[in-house]
Amino acid sequence: MIITELKPFDQIVNMIQPYDKIFIVGCGGCATICQTGGEDQVKEMAERIGKVKDIVGAVVVETPCDERLVNRDLNKHLKGKEIDAMLVMACGVGTQVLSKKYNITCIPALDTKFIGKVERIGRFFERCKACGDCILYDTGGICPVTRCAKGLLNGPCGGQTDGKCEVGGWKNDCAWVLIYERLKKLGRLDKFKEYREARDHKLKAGPTELILVGERQR
Amino acid sequence: MIFSNLLLNLSKKTFTITGEIEPLKTTNIHEIIHTALTLNGHVTAVNITDNPQSFAYMSGLFPSYIIQKELGLEAIYQLTCRDKNRIGLFSDLLAASAAGIKNVLALTGDHTSLGDNPSAKPVFDLDSVQLTKMIRRMVDQGVDPNGNTIEKPPMLHVGVAANPNANPIEPEIMKLEKKVSVGAEFVQTQVVYEIERAKEFLKETAYLNIPTLVGICPLKSVKMAKWFDKECPGISIPPELIERLSVAKEKRGKAGVIEENIEIFGEFLKELKTTNAAGSHIMAVGFEWIIPKILERAGLKGAFDWRSLVESELTLEPKIRIIK
Repeated sequence: MIITELKPFDQIVNMIQPYDKIFIVGCGGCATICQTGGEDQVKEMAERIGKVKDIVGAVVVETPCDERLVNRDLNKHLKGKEIDAMLVMACGVGTQVLSKKYNITCIPALDTKFIGKVERIGRFFERCKACGDCILYDTGGICPVTRCAKGLLNGPCGGQTDGKCEVGGWKNDCAWVLIYERLKKLGRLDKFKEYREARDHKLKAGPTELILVGERQR
Repeated sequence: MIFSNLLLNLSKKTFTITGEIEPLKTTNIHEIIHTALTLNGHVTAVNITDNPQSFAYMSGLFPSYIIQKELGLEAIYQLTCRDKNRIGLFSDLLAASAAGIKNVLALTGDHTSLGDNPSAKPVFDLDSVQLTKMIRRMVDQGVDPNGNTIEKPPMLHVGVAANPNANPIEPEIMKLEKKVSVGAEFVQTQVVYEIERAKEFLKETAYLNIPTLVGICPLKSVKMAKWFDKECPGISIPPELIERLSVAKEKRGKAGVIEENIEIFGEFLKELKTTNAAGSHIMAVGFEWIIPKILERAGLKGAFDWRSLVESELTLEPKIRIIK
């Protein structure tokens, strides 16, 4: 899940200030689950913005990050409408897809926080950095790239005390102590002792693309 | 092959003392030389810190060079993974070796968010184990991290840190084992106040067979002791030790606290000398003058006088200066 948070309203008002005719787009995927860009939030936003601006439309697209669904579902709602700017209640990907597709000012209403798990609404936890080289098998299913503040690959640093991390004021668990405990329970401390080479940052050099060819292409 | 006095001492199993100098937010190098003068003749080598606690200070490279050049006092150049990626670390290490530096301490580094520029980007391209391995490959195989040949490889010894106070201790020891397996040559530990903890740790890590210098940090005042105990995670000071300092202060004022320090840490070192510890790393930043007094109390004076070594004992190239 891509976790999003509504930007401070003042900031949104500032960004839409130069524009009069606003079209609001929500997201039926992640942002709906986070309750940041679902139907209710889009309606509420339309009401608030509607007091000062002309709302020419407000829709929730199933997944605004998917160009195919944007083409299928959003085009018809925009037809014949004069729009100054789009206010996008989705992650940064959704905002960029719409911006490119319609060549129009797209204003992000949300901040994209991280890839994380949903415990319940209002409690989200980062769990994946999308590093492109998953090592969860070696680390007892706990990601040190994400959960260790330093992204260390070979064990805990001196900043852990009683299993807590110095970064963030001793609230967070030390990822490496978690990994140690998990591997111990699984009888796989041999995995802990394995030396892990430095990550290959070539994998994430520049905007990453995944273009499947040959057999891997469907 | 041994390049440094430090490693020579350790290989001879001489009880070895190292000190510490912290370059600060200044261009004043005289302060550093002044501190080095205080330590000179009392310690085998001095650690030069690398932006400790993520405070933006002077780089340790030039101070490491200058204390060796001006005083003949050997440096242990500390290098953390926080501020530089493998390219930056590698190039600093070449410069360090070109400047005649012989010892490096490979550290992870405190997180940027704890320092005085908390918005800075934390790098951590490598961790301390990977940095240790990189240094050993530079020295032993003459290659950079990607395997490219170094025309004239550096001559460096690499040390690492360990924390005997860690709880749980097992992952700490397993990490130290990794550091040793990739070629770490000596260990300097985090500050320990309980001799029993130090002994326990030495026992737990004896199988690694690596010279270990146990870290100590004298306590300038009762206030500092209490602050250390309360605010420094992972470091606990036994209440009876704080009590001893408090009583000394009541009876004899500031001088009493110093005298009590000499007593406490002199005893600590005396006891440590009976263990399999290779020596002690003494961090007395701001009152380095206490170190000779503590060593005298511990009966260690002269035990580490590396200046009496003759040149032929060192397989050095280029030669380091031996100051008589």
